[in-house]
Amino acid sequence: MKKIIVAALMLCANLPAWAAESTDAQIKQGEYLARAGDCVACHTAKGGKPFAGGLGMETPIGTVYSTNITPDASGIGGYSFDDFDRAVRHGIGKSGSSLYPAMPFPSYARVSPADMQALYAYFMKGVEPVEQPNKETDIPWPLSMRWPLSIWRELFAPKVETHQAPVGADPVVSRGAYLVEGLGHCGACHTPRAITMQEKALSASESPLFLSGSAPLEGWIAKNLRGDHKDGLGSWSEDDLVLFLQTGRSDRGAVFGGMSDVVEHSMQYMTEADLRAIARYLKSLPPTDPDDKPHQYDKQVADALWRGDDSKPGASVYIDNCAACHRTDGQGYARVFPALAGNPVLQTEDATSLINIVLKGGSLPATHAAPSTFTMPDFAWRLSDEQIAAVVTFIRTSWGNQGAAVTASDVKSLRVDGLRQTTGVDLGLTSSK
Amino acid sequence: MATVLKKVDAVIVGFGWTGAIMAKELTEAGLQVVALERGPMQDTYPDGNYPQVIDELTYSVRKKLFQDISKETVTIRHSVNDVALPNRQLGAFLPGKGVGGAGLHWSGVHFRVDPIELRMRSHYEERYGKHFIPKDMTIQDFGVTYEELEPFFDFAEKVFGTSGQAWTVKGQLVGAGKGGNPYAPDRSSDFPLESQKNTYSAQLFQKAALSVGYKPYNLPSANTSGPYTNPYGAQMGPCNFCGFCSGYVCYMYSKASPNVNILPALRQVPNFELRTNAHVLRVNLDSSKRKATGVSYIDAQGREVEQPADLVILGAFQFNNVRLMLLSGIGKPYDPKTGEGVVGKNFAYQNMATIKAFFDKDTHTNNFIGAGGNGVAVDDFNADNFDHGPHGFVGGSPMWVNQAGSRPIAGTSNPPGTPAWGSSWKKATADYYTHQVSMDAHGAHQSYRGNYLDLDPVYRDAYGLPLLRMTFDWQENDIKMNRFMVEKMSKIAQAMNPKTIAVLGKKVGDHFNTASYQTTHLNGGAIMGTDPKTSAINRYLQCWDVHNVFVPGASAFPQGLGYNPTGLVAALTYWSARAIREQYLKNPGPLVQA
Repeated sequence: MKKIIVAALMLCANLPAWAAESTDAQIKQGEYLARAGDCVACHTAKGGKPFAGGLGMETPIGTVYSTNITPDASGIGGYSFDDFDRAVRHGIGKSGSSLYPAMPFPSYARVSPADMQALYAYFMKGVEPVEQPNKETDIPWPLSMRWPLSIWRELFAPKVETHQAPVGADPVVSRGAYLVEGLGHCGACHTPRAITMQEKALSASESPLFLSGSAPLEGWIAKNLRGDHKDGLGSWSEDDLVLFLQTGRSDRGAVFGGMSDVVEHSMQYMTEADLRAIARYLKSLPPTDPDDKPHQYDKQVADALWRGDDSKPGASVYIDNCAACHRTDGQGYARVFPALAGNPVLQTEDATSLINIVLKGGSLPATHAAPSTFTMPDFAWRLSDEQIAAVVTFIRTSWGNQGAAVTASDVKSLRVDGLRQTTGVDLGLTSSK
Repeated sequence: MATVLKKVDAVIVGFGWTGAIMAKELTEAGLQVVALERGPMQDTYPDGNYPQVIDELTYSVRKKLFQDISKETVTIRHSVNDVALPNRQLGAFLPGKGVGGAGLHWSGVHFRVDPIELRMRSHYEERYGKHFIPKDMTIQDFGVTYEELEPFFDFAEKVFGTSGQAWTVKGQLVGAGKGGNPYAPDRSSDFPLESQKNTYSAQLFQKAALSVGYKPYNLPSANTSGPYTNPYGAQMGPCNFCGFCSGYVCYMYSKASPNVNILPALRQVPNFELRTNAHVLRVNLDSSKRKATGVSYIDAQGREVEQPADLVILGAFQFNNVRLMLLSGIGKPYDPKTGEGVVGKNFAYQNMATIKAFFDKDTHTNNFIGAGGNGVAVDDFNADNFDHGPHGFVGGSPMWVNQAGSRPIAGTSNPPGTPAWGSSWKKATADYYTHQVSMDAHGAHQSYRGNYLDLDPVYRDAYGLPLLRMTFDWQENDIKMNRFMVEKMSKIAQAMNPKTIAVLGKKVGDHFNTASYQTTHLNGGAIMGTDPKTSAINRYLQCWDVHNVFVPGASAFPQGLGYNPTGLVAALTYWSARAIREQYLKNPGPLVQA
């Protein structure tokens, strides 16, 4: 034990000296790290007790349920530190079988031993034990057999080793890399996956595909976080990113989709120093596009709208539904109504997120620093597939934006569960035939 | 049997501006606070969703955000010699219901107060002599000065994100030639946002007012001139002059409301709970009747619930505060025959006059745009900014163009003599809808011995409790003042060179009309003051008789102001909260010894 404490002192620069002597401080640090890893997001069912598991996650072969990680006998109460470490960093459960890679153990492989100790202390002593048996997966036999997972793990999970910063690297960037590539497991969503479901890269040093954006998942794409101006973070400053992660909003944009939960449950609790580290690290990633160029504002559309010329397809839909907040010049208002001009979300190759936000709307998460839950209303009930396609194409191609056109069938394919347009039938004006 | 809940530190009745401000202040002091709101949860989303909220029929005509008078209303009569009847259709005033209360559906004109109006009786006696004030006029001093309230006006403006132009800041002239008001009292800091832009009609008013020697200024508006973040971290969007403020939820987050400016911060603290559909019946008192033990309410399921608390804040609408005091037996009810008693006394309102100027088709006023707090005003005849001596009336009035949007159903007005229907009406509407300017004299209203509130002896609400009875009529002083203001405002209207004007003012013999909307600015009934014989609450808004009950709101005003009341309501609430935090919590008991 003494050895571990010494190791903790040496390895975890962020941990104050007294932390090693005080279990309370270690538990507190573990809580902070659990926030950084957003463990609660997956290990809590909707309306369930924190960390008691049971949240269903769709996979191509069936639904996997997260497990109870509270210190109850039905959870991880019987886990030794080594059991805990084997599960989190190696992807091997106490029974010896491999975990589904829905658990991002390939990312957690690089978490430091000291941080693992803190996490263990927190999950054993800082979390309320909840008696709740784990739920079996819905995956049918033979796909339910676990042994192929061991092969997957052998093939794709990296060697467990603590992140080593390159000699001479900016310590802030190194800290950012540790958080992003490790506990933050940002790549789980933001890095494209191969057909065999592994992330195509687990760190910046492996490939420029790392954090280059994903295919749509549950109606949203996790965007490119690299230095591309068109669809990445090229136009965002380090300060923009810090503010965005802390509050879900910045001068450049507002959070939506799956990232809202990450801001609300994880990022808003990070220290300013850690957020800055994450931001600086992300800003160190070069663009994927070798011909990347900054956004060039084109005032042609704004001028036309000012003249009352709405002949460009989608312009009149934009004026009637969007311009009050986002303005005819596409510049919006800082931190409250995001600018559309030059906004990378509008210029992604796949417009799924954009169509979806027009259909469903979205609310900013309330955070301690920014409690207002500004909401963009939903337009599915009001606009037809053609109108949405026209307005999304309009905003993707106006003010210098370089997005591609979308079609009515793109919109139609995203109209699921209650995203139908209101018709005369709903209003009792015409009869359904 | 009522369910008795666990005691909390403070219970707040009503979640409008005063309830929200008190909740924020008391949770900051570490208290466990429960707010009880009789209406439903309401917020920008989904209640203010665009474009559904831009619906005049639902909101203005069918009164979506206002008190449900099928459950409780007031009875009204003109004098003690009449029989009061229940008001079965809201008209003259529009109390809110639901989270945000009237603070959700207000316009957003956000004034401070003219300092002399806080010491109305003393000031008039000093300048004009005791006999200048009519015998039955019961105006009083508030018992607090502008200088004492200034820091709280200042903070409230920062919370509301108010747009405006200061005249002086800490004695330094900053607002000359920029839209500042030379009659405004000194300020400790500038407005948090610059003035909103002025509509064309406001610009016409400004030019005309200058030409007749008045001093126009930009209305201070709680509609934002740009994006804003307040001291609680709550954000506002910029106003786009959509013209749907009064009676509506603002879809742009640009009109200050408890919902936009305070509730988001309260949602982040664990020691606050907001219970909706909780209709408070009474404040419960202990056997001594000197201390409240909490409140009783009917919950959403119709069950009676008792919420014990150490501190009770009555933050309901003006007349509901008064009614709760009467129903609970707090304070001595006012008797107009003897002039004794305090609860229900000095019920006052607003004394408004309107002039509409109609123009040729080459003057485009675009009345469909507007913002509720926006405009240009003059204070030359407000408060005591002119010599009242020769005119023989008490009170003053700001005058303004406050173009707040003309909506399609009720937004049309035509020159005098136009038929109310048919082809002539259609032609006049087409000719004048976007070619007219409407201006108002807002008008202070004084308190009188015969205008008061008490419990109705006949009519009861849905819960079996007596309705509140209003005994109210216009008095000679009101008519005199109104006619004077019309004369002065006509000069401005004429200077605009319109084709024709229409005057809507009061005439000798006019009675209070419950169907004609003026403003929702009802005042008094639980007035503040320095003497328990003549006021219901002390200068800290604490009940004289029951020290753990505080009653913020316009119910505390001894008479109506020239300005709109919300700014003073907010400042007084912060002032009261400061006294609770710094004095009362350390040593619970009367803050002023009677």
